[in-house]
Amino acid sequence: MHSLMFFELAQRNVRLHWLRSLLAILGIIIGVVTIVSMGILGNSLVLAISDSLSTVGDSIIVTPHVGGMGFGGSQSSNLLSDRDVEQIRRAAAPHVTIPVYSGSSRMKIGSEDTVGTIYGLKPDDIPVLLEVDQGSYLRGASGAMVGATFAEENEIKVGSRISLGEMGSVRVVGILKERGMGFDINPDFGIVVEDQWFKQAFGQEEYNQVIVKVNDLNKIEEVKDSIDRTMNRKETVVDVIDTRAILETILTTFGQISTFTTVIGGISLIVAGVSILNIMLMSVTERIKEIGVIRSIGTQRKEVLRMFLYEALILGLIGSSIGGALSIIGGYAVSMVMLQTTEYLFVPSSLVYIVYGVGFGLGTSLISGLYPAWKASNLNPIEALRHE
Amino acid sequence: MEETIDPECDGDTIIRFREVTKVYPLPGGDVVALDKVSLDIGKGDFIAIMGPSGSGKSTLLNLMGCLDTPTAGTLCIRGKNIRGMSDEDLTILRRDYLGFIFQQFNLLPLLTALENVQYPLILKTGSRECRERCRVVLNAMDLDESLFSHKPSEMSGGQQQRVAIARALVNDPEILLADEPTGNLDTKTGAAIMHLLDDLNRDRGKTIIMVTHDPSIAEYAHRVIRIVDGKIS
Ligand SMILES: Nc1ncnc2c1ncn2[C@@H]1O[C@H](COP(=O)(O)OP(=O)(O)OP(=O)(O)O)[C@@H](O)[C@H]1O
Ligand SMILES: [Mg+2]
Repeated sequence: MHSLMFFELAQRNVRLHWLRSLLAILGIIIGVVTIVSMGILGNSLVLAISDSLSTVGDSIIVTPHVGGMGFGGSQSSNLLSDRDVEQIRRAAAPHVTIPVYSGSSRMKIGSEDTVGTIYGLKPDDIPVLLEVDQGSYLRGASGAMVGATFAEENEIKVGSRISLGEMGSVRVVGILKERGMGFDINPDFGIVVEDQWFKQAFGQEEYNQVIVKVNDLNKIEEVKDSIDRTMNRKETVVDVIDTRAILETILTTFGQISTFTTVIGGISLIVAGVSILNIMLMSVTERIKEIGVIRSIGTQRKEVLRMFLYEALILGLIGSSIGGALSIIGGYAVSMVMLQTTEYLFVPSSLVYIVYGVGFGLGTSLISGLYPAWKASNLNPIEALRHE
Repeated sequence: MEETIDPECDGDTIIRFREVTKVYPLPGGDVVALDKVSLDIGKGDFIAIMGPSGSGKSTLLNLMGCLDTPTAGTLCIRGKNIRGMSDEDLTILRRDYLGFIFQQFNLLPLLTALENVQYPLILKTGSRECRERCRVVLNAMDLDESLFSHKPSEMSGGQQQRVAIARALVNDPEILLADEPTGNLDTKTGAAIMHLLDDLNRDRGKTIIMVTHDPSIAEYAHRVIRIVDGKIS
């Protein structure tokens, strides 16, 4: 019960000096909002990126080694031959190996001119990599499937015709589901045609890359090593990367950015802590005589300590809870500005930053109050009484 | 608090000084505020301490009030030796058995008159259900009920001192210590306060030790202790 009395005293003192209490509270609010907004922004960035990366890390991508001169200059074109693909297929067995042609071309849809990426894939491989949204997968030789974004931007529907200039024209048989940014292919912004058609149209015999689908994540290293050993025996002919590693690197990088921004928020909290320390020291100095009185009439040291800690706690509690509430707005604002979406705001991994922020706010206030409170509780009662 | 009966402390004195010396070490040399003071105060005594400024009156009172401990000698309060008691035990002693009345009243500025009286009671009992008792104590000090909800800054010196005495009395202490209780009051108000103290001594058997410069105030006491240069004369 007497805790209540000390709390009451602390609260009255906070109210008596409302202006400076307000300033200290403001500091805490700013600190908490910064920490939480930065935390939410970092977390949303990570979520947004992992969402837009379609390949969750189950692919190995084999590309010709850049700058690598094949023997006799025969591979200076930086493409992969049928023989290379066969070797990769054997090295990667039993996992599915998908050779990919890619290029870009001017396209004419109706009267509109545009440029887009074209991928050439074996019809059998398409369902392994891509999902159809409308229409069907490729059957005939002069059909094409269109990426979601590309279709939307150019108002392409199933049955539309796309003219590729002198290479001929294709009829759209299917619209692909949106796939998101990938490390292998990005069909959202292009079209997919049959490999044979591509070969003819571009006059290109060799492949631009090979994708190996490894469904068991634990096998990725093994398969990667196997391909590397087979292909790069004498010299580096191909680069073998796995999407999981890229994904991890990117996520780690963004994790670090997010930590960094949160640390900046932390620094602003420290500044707020210093301001609490400052006003608490003022409060102790002003009340030395009062402390002498309450000590002389029977208040224990630890009770004096508690009374002043309550004061810091009140400031921290008000600042942190207002800060916590405002940081939802802050998080909303940074998400809107930086990501143009708030879909990553109301998820547990973002909202938990509010808990962290409020916790840090309270912690900072208490730690800042500790020294002044300790100082108050250790005053000599007689000297405190004589203080004017 | 453990009940250690010190052979030096027995007898029916409520306060006993035996060769008590208090030295304040200062950079310019030690100040001997009390020099081998011995004295006995019995239960129910009303004592005035008089002496020139700087003679050690407040030092003596502070030692009785367990706000400070002797540099040398033995000090017994209620039959117990103060030496070796922890700060916590001394604080409990002050809270439960000693009542303090100050020259500057020293009410807590954030609390109302009634709350100031409640403060020591809540400290002791931990209960907030003490308004009635506090009202009774305040009423006994002849304080108008309309002032109970006033802050100290809204009261006269005499009114504040009445509240301060009520605060000192609320835990029903055996000893009241007053350092110039009328020093900041006019003659008439001072006399009224002295009547209150006199009643407390006469009717309720409180032991009162009071520091004063004023001989007419000292007349209320049964015994006057004169102190000069830290020595009782
Ligand atoms: N905390 C202290 N530190 C150093 N010296 C002190 C301290 N308290 C008191 N003294 C010294 O001890 C001596 C006695 O002081 P004390 O306050 O007991 O005098 P007093 O009789 O109460 O005087 P007054 O009538 O002016 O109140 C003085 O010389 C004073 O300077
Ligand atoms: Mg004095």
